[in-house]
Amino acid sequence: MSLRVLVGVKRVIDYAVKVRVRPDHKWVVTDGVKHSMNPFDEIAVEEAVRLKEKKVVAEIVAVSCGPPQAQETLRTALAMGADKAIHVEVPAKEAETLAPLHVANILAKIIQEEKIDLVILGKQAIDDDSNQTGQMVAGLLNWPQATFASEIVQDGDGLKVTREIDGGLEVVQVKLPAVVTTDLRLNQPRYATLPNIMKAKKKPIDKKTPADLGVDITPRQEIISVDEPPTRQAGAKVADVADLVQKLKEAGRI
Amino acid sequence: MSSLVCRKLSSKLLRPLLPDKQYGWVRLLGSYYPIDDKLFGLNEDQHELRETVFRFAQKELAPHAATIDTTNKFDNLRTFWKQLGELGLLGITAPEKYGGLDLGYLAHVIAQEELSRASGGIGLSYGAHSNLCVNQIVRHGTDEQKEKYLPKLIGGEHMGALAMSEPGSGSDVVSMRTSAKKDGDSYILNGNKFWITNGPDAEVLVVYAKTDISAKPQHSITAFLIEKGMAGFRTAQKLDKLGMRGSNTCELIFEDCKVPAANILGQLNKGVYVLMSGLDVERLVLSGGPLGIMQACCDTAFDYVHDRKQFDQQIGTFQLMQGKIADMYTELAVCRSFVYNVAKAYDAGHTSSKDCAAAILKSAESGTQVALQAIQALGGNGYINDYPTGRYLRDAKLYEIGAGTSEIRRLIIGRRINDEYNKK
Repeated sequence: MSLRVLVGVKRVIDYAVKVRVRPDHKWVVTDGVKHSMNPFDEIAVEEAVRLKEKKVVAEIVAVSCGPPQAQETLRTALAMGADKAIHVEVPAKEAETLAPLHVANILAKIIQEEKIDLVILGKQAIDDDSNQTGQMVAGLLNWPQATFASEIVQDGDGLKVTREIDGGLEVVQVKLPAVVTTDLRLNQPRYATLPNIMKAKKKPIDKKTPADLGVDITPRQEIISVDEPPTRQAGAKVADVADLVQKLKEAGRI
Repeated sequence: MSSLVCRKLSSKLLRPLLPDKQYGWVRLLGSYYPIDDKLFGLNEDQHELRETVFRFAQKELAPHAATIDTTNKFDNLRTFWKQLGELGLLGITAPEKYGGLDLGYLAHVIAQEELSRASGGIGLSYGAHSNLCVNQIVRHGTDEQKEKYLPKLIGGEHMGALAMSEPGSGSDVVSMRTSAKKDGDSYILNGNKFWITNGPDAEVLVVYAKTDISAKPQHSITAFLIEKGMAGFRTAQKLDKLGMRGSNTCELIFEDCKVPAANILGQLNKGVYVLMSGLDVERLVLSGGPLGIMQACCDTAFDYVHDRKQFDQQIGTFQLMQGKIADMYTELAVCRSFVYNVAKAYDAGHTSSKDCAAAILKSAESGTQVALQAIQALGGNGYINDYPTGRYLRDAKLYEIGAGTSEIRRLIIGRRINDEYNKK
């Protein structure tokens, strides 16, 4: 097989950063905060590169929708082994309201333009935890989907994908073209090596806008408020069961 | 809001942290005090290099640093070395055709700094391998020697070391007694080398020996490339050190060790030149060590003083403690600026042994002082080994002794200045 693969890479606040709510309670503080590639997307890139090493894949196209800095994330994908990159530039302000459906529409357009056979996306991004984009892309294209993959193997002219489900593993077979989303245990992403980081600077990044692709990114949702989780209140000690029952009654719990 | 699943919790120092007021860079395992690379004049590539080494070192090395220190052993040393090789860090100053990156000394300093920030000891081993051994072969090796030794050293399959000191020859290095007598196409080495970093592990060692006892010391020494397993060469006891534990150090013993003449590094009887010019860049690159340790001190102490409260107040907001963190920050910034500048000058072809000595003199002495301040900032916790500050101090002290003591560095600088006034 010599598939053309698209991987989605999102620039998110680094997983190790303690996030803070913005004073206007409309989003979190992103200025001056360390960002990196969504960890599930790193797994997607790694899987694509491994499939390429196994000669299942011929070319890897990395795509990111976001502000100009998303190019850094694309460079990481290129350094890990992607062949080319497409940056769909969305100004920082608009990127805040970019929703899974917008991204899915953008990806679907690129997938058709680039004649993609296989789409590998992270199952979700760690900033908004939506877990929708992969499913929506499959829906828009009417392609089969295999989500939460923990193993992907070639099977005839399709793929056999193992999915982690409650209490066990489920194995599904998909015909190509298809959409696969990655779970945490699919692989351990490699470090981009310094020689590859240098080489990645020479790989091409195409720039597009949602308008170029004919996708409307007008917000369909409004963020009303973003808040920190409530701090846990201190508990109280009770002397015995009778006391406990009494206190629960007073609190109106029983 | 973010998934917890990706977080790896691996340190016993794990403790809850307050949201950081000023920076967004707080980790579950403690915070990293950010480095303003633009301020220190780094370009995009150099900044990216730091980020790459930082990420790698903090994930693969830092979680093991405490265990490496207590056990004086890094169980994963060889796997880790291969990872360093794959990343391209073992041959930063080596030509691309041998697997190197063909970058300069500033890049090397940055890598030395970030690895030392994660573990002072492994940082030292890295410096001994990549500079003392690899870079010396790059600078003085023949094409055949480079072909033979560099790819495996740069790939991380082999470890490298360099040996000049002897039990009776430390600062007075040219008084060395290890001898190499010519025997046909070979040399027969006899003698001992002491305090050799990476000695127990190294497959390839640059070893200095006297080839002409009758000549003046400066014309009597030759550098040889020694391989592990050569008949007559063995290593003795691994040394139990105050700090830099897990960076293995030992004695080398040569008893009628036969070395082919083809293994001479540089020219016969010109070893002192190889040695002295090598020491300049060694001092320069190793200056990254104390920089990394000072950075680790700031990472730990600055976070701690903004977490710890006494008298209902973050201790870092008391004036005496503000003074301490200001001093730590300033010492580090001064040292980093100086070291980076000397490295940039070297990369531009402007060399100065006086300034290499000055760079490491200043950064090493500051390293020890900043580590002492970090211990003080942590108070009672700074004095117990569950916290890393004691290790920072023990590791930092080495840099006032290794690669020439502070006293020898002052002698070099002083003599240079004398010479500038007394030119004949």
